[in-house]
Amino acid sequence: MVTYLFILFALLSIASAIGVVLNKSAVNSALFLVVNLVALAGIYLLLQAQFLAVIQLLVYAGAIMVLFLFVIMLLNLDNEENIFNKFRFRYGVAFIVGIVILAQLLYSLGSWTDTLPAVSPKMAQVGTVQAVGNVLFTHYLLPFEVTAILLTAAVVGALLVAQRKIQTKE
Amino acid sequence: MQLSWLLALSAVLFTIGVIGVLIRRNAIVVFMCVELMLNAVNLTLVAFSSHFGDINGTILVFFSLCVAASEAAVGLAIIIAIFRNNLSVDIGKINLLRW
Repeated sequence: MVTYLFILFALLSIASAIGVVLNKSAVNSALFLVVNLVALAGIYLLLQAQFLAVIQLLVYAGAIMVLFLFVIMLLNLDNEENIFNKFRFRYGVAFIVGIVILAQLLYSLGSWTDTLPAVSPKMAQVGTVQAVGNVLFTHYLLPFEVTAILLTAAVVGALLVAQRKIQTKE
Repeated sequence: MQLSWLLALSAVLFTIGVIGVLIRRNAIVVFMCVELMLNAVNLTLVAFSSHFGDINGTILVFFSLCVAASEAAVGLAIIIAIFRNNLSVDIGKINLLRW
């Protein structure tokens, strides 16, 4: 059962990732990315990382994708079909680079695949909100607080960068 | 569900993200492909965390999510600023810093 669900989610995520890359309209790309994120959240659930699955849905598929869609609609983009037909050379280079990276990753994976461990039964206790909170608020407290500073700086920086130029009075 | 299958899925997603960054010219779609790559790496971390029963990988994915959120906010703000000056988000036309 878990294997079939994994195959389903894996195919869904790969198909939606290809959809993100190959779609002409930016809005459709963003919606395909939402499908990809939901499929990955499903895989996280299969791996018994419940907290991360929920966070993935809330933060990525909720907040970040709403931000993306807002920006796409703010900028009033047109489809890029006229751009998409040129530059065959770019496609060749891109696919060669992609195949090289995939071959490297799969080769390094294949040489280690005998030594990989089986699923640890401990994960059922490790992936819950309680377990994550226990570690996050004790051992990782300082990085957690630094994250707060990082998010504040990001919000202030985004506002500063994106605001219109203020007219200075002489 | 073998760990190697998860890692292979992550490698495939990462590669699709790389190809997307290389062939697309819309800055927002390039950004989405970067998010794809981030997610692929997150999947690797969760897979290892799950298979070793170790919580540190999960925590690392949590922090990586925070960084991705702030990166998305700042990156989209930069895209808006470029669009104001340039009236385009085509990365072929953004050549102010080009050598």
